[in-house]
Amino acid sequence: MTVRTMVEAINHTLAREMARDERIIVFGEDVGANGGVFRATDGLIDRFGPDRVVDTPLAEALILGTAVGLAASGMVPVPEIQFLGFSYQAFHQLAGQIARLRYRSNGRFDAPITMRAPFGGGVRTPELHSEALEGQLANIPGLKVVMPASAHDAAGLLTSAIRDPDPVLFLEPLRGYRSLRDDLPDDADVIEPLGRAKLVREGTDLVIVAWSYQVEVARKAAEALAEEGASVAVLDLRSMVPLDIDALAAVVSRCGRVVVAEEAPMTAGFGGEVVATIVEECFYDLEAPPVRVSGYDVPFPMAQLEDRYVPSVARLAAGCRRALEVAP
Amino acid sequence: MDTSAVQRGPTDAELVGMLQTMIAARIYSTRCFNLQRQGRLGTMAPIDGNEATVVGCTYALQPEHDWIFSQYREFYALGRYGEEVIRRQVLYLAGHPEGSCYPAGVNVFPAQISLAAQIPHAVGMAWGQLRQGLPGVSVAFFGDGASSEGDFYEAANFAAVIKAPVIFMLINNGWAISTPTARQTAAATFADKAAAFGMPGVRVDGRDPIAVWEVVAAARARAVAGEGPTLVEAVTYRLGHHTTADDPTRYIPAEDMAAARAKDPVITYATQLRELGLWDDAAQAAAEATAQAAIDAAVDAALATPLAPDAFFDHVYAETTPRMERQRALLLELEGKGQS
Repeated sequence: MTVRTMVEAINHTLAREMARDERIIVFGEDVGANGGVFRATDGLIDRFGPDRVVDTPLAEALILGTAVGLAASGMVPVPEIQFLGFSYQAFHQLAGQIARLRYRSNGRFDAPITMRAPFGGGVRTPELHSEALEGQLANIPGLKVVMPASAHDAAGLLTSAIRDPDPVLFLEPLRGYRSLRDDLPDDADVIEPLGRAKLVREGTDLVIVAWSYQVEVARKAAEALAEEGASVAVLDLRSMVPLDIDALAAVVSRCGRVVVAEEAPMTAGFGGEVVATIVEECFYDLEAPPVRVSGYDVPFPMAQLEDRYVPSVARLAAGCRRALEVAP
Repeated sequence: MDTSAVQRGPTDAELVGMLQTMIAARIYSTRCFNLQRQGRLGTMAPIDGNEATVVGCTYALQPEHDWIFSQYREFYALGRYGEEVIRRQVLYLAGHPEGSCYPAGVNVFPAQISLAAQIPHAVGMAWGQLRQGLPGVSVAFFGDGASSEGDFYEAANFAAVIKAPVIFMLINNGWAISTPTARQTAAATFADKAAAFGMPGVRVDGRDPIAVWEVVAAARARAVAGEGPTLVEAVTYRLGHHTTADDPTRYIPAEDMAAARAKDPVITYATQLRELGLWDDAAQAAAEATAQAAIDAAVDAALATPLAPDAFFDHVYAETTPRMERQRALLLELEGKGQS
């Protein structure tokens, strides 16, 4: 066992999977000698060679477009988009093509494509890097959207994503790359199933439903609220598509109050989907209206205002208090 | 380009086969056009004018190894890849989800609607062929209009970098719906663009299937030798509608269309084979009858192909999600009540 940060866990998992399956090809901008701008692919080119760890031109539509042809040729593409905001440059290949390869071929072609990209804010990137696009991506049938919130889950979910026959958008929290760590095995697979949420903190009064780095924010908010006497659960959704409706409904029914935490702008964000699902599934178990704590309906801000945009522990805790204060 | 790598030209049988396939393409396309006008098939894009390019190209390929990434206009002329192509395509025009996707063994990708998106797919397939040591090449068909899309530049650029076995078949038929080539590019020719990618660019008479055959055969030889991709600009003229939803008389001068029709590649090439003693009235009648029978059978089969009301849930994912299963159950329940 070795304590690994999330980015080290991703690197270790990529290496294990590439050793297991020689059809896997990793490619993207600066993934070779540079090892990726966050070092997620560090050392892979030395171990697996430049034919399997490929620096591409600076061309996102090419990166995702060639993944379609590579998959159809029998390979397992694991492209990296350097920052999720750059995927705007390739949205037509993502939504129009990758998502529909199986569908348009009437099931002839699998699309075992895992697109990795750093997600979300909190690390003072320049503009157009830190986008939170999970709501837009989840609205594209044919794609799976997976968002780990721990080093362990990054390893376990990435393993499952690479082995999955469908395209998986694997969104890695920028803020968690080096701040989140777990003790992980060196010579054994870590496997976590896609489409299963995880209750990361028990509680009885309220549940915070979160994903990606907001899970960490939610844990801290729950700890703060515990000091005020509230028992707050945290559900890590882990996967937007497929959505673990049963786990979501079960914990909300049990707690009766729910806060959804997300980094994206509120309007048409995935939090809205979560709330709608809750209302459909367990309206009569609710003791208070669901609360959304999200980014604001503005473009992701410049660095000086970033901390007021991405939900903080204090803002999330305040949202929880609003839900807790409603009389039953 | 040095075409000496190609030792032989097409055989007499191939010369005749090309004409038969071109005649069939025109008949298939015209029949589908008429069926759209009768309300029996959906919007379609006639092939008129592009037959020689597609047929000349495919006859220079090895269908068991070489992949086709086409737009929505070419498949009438993909007879070299088997009759299943036209059968599936009629099914596609009929609005059936089993249309446009071909069974294993037919190396044709589903027809592309988002123009130019198929070009990086072809490069990806070629990249996979290269990495896995597969013997084939990949061919992307696209038009003068699609050459203005970023996907073309991104894909062609990278294909040259990795020496991918790709042939970029740019069919310059003069028009992108109503937009003439002069509004697509200020370059003297589309083939000139190859220089910026570091690959050969060849301009060929797209109305001459033998010329196209020779250029593509050379490009294929180059690709399989590991020397990389080639951009082929096949120059022809669109002899009619962009699609059944178009009225070209609004923008193509009648005299230009008449001049282009005087060089109709299907007629010109038949005359050429007659002069070579390879074609006659009986051969023409037989080719037309065979094509008519094939398209009749394809149409009858397509219009009789059953379709389940919940078919669109299939093949979105390898395994449908729990939420989709709920949606399917609801659809079938509503279907049973006549409320779907």
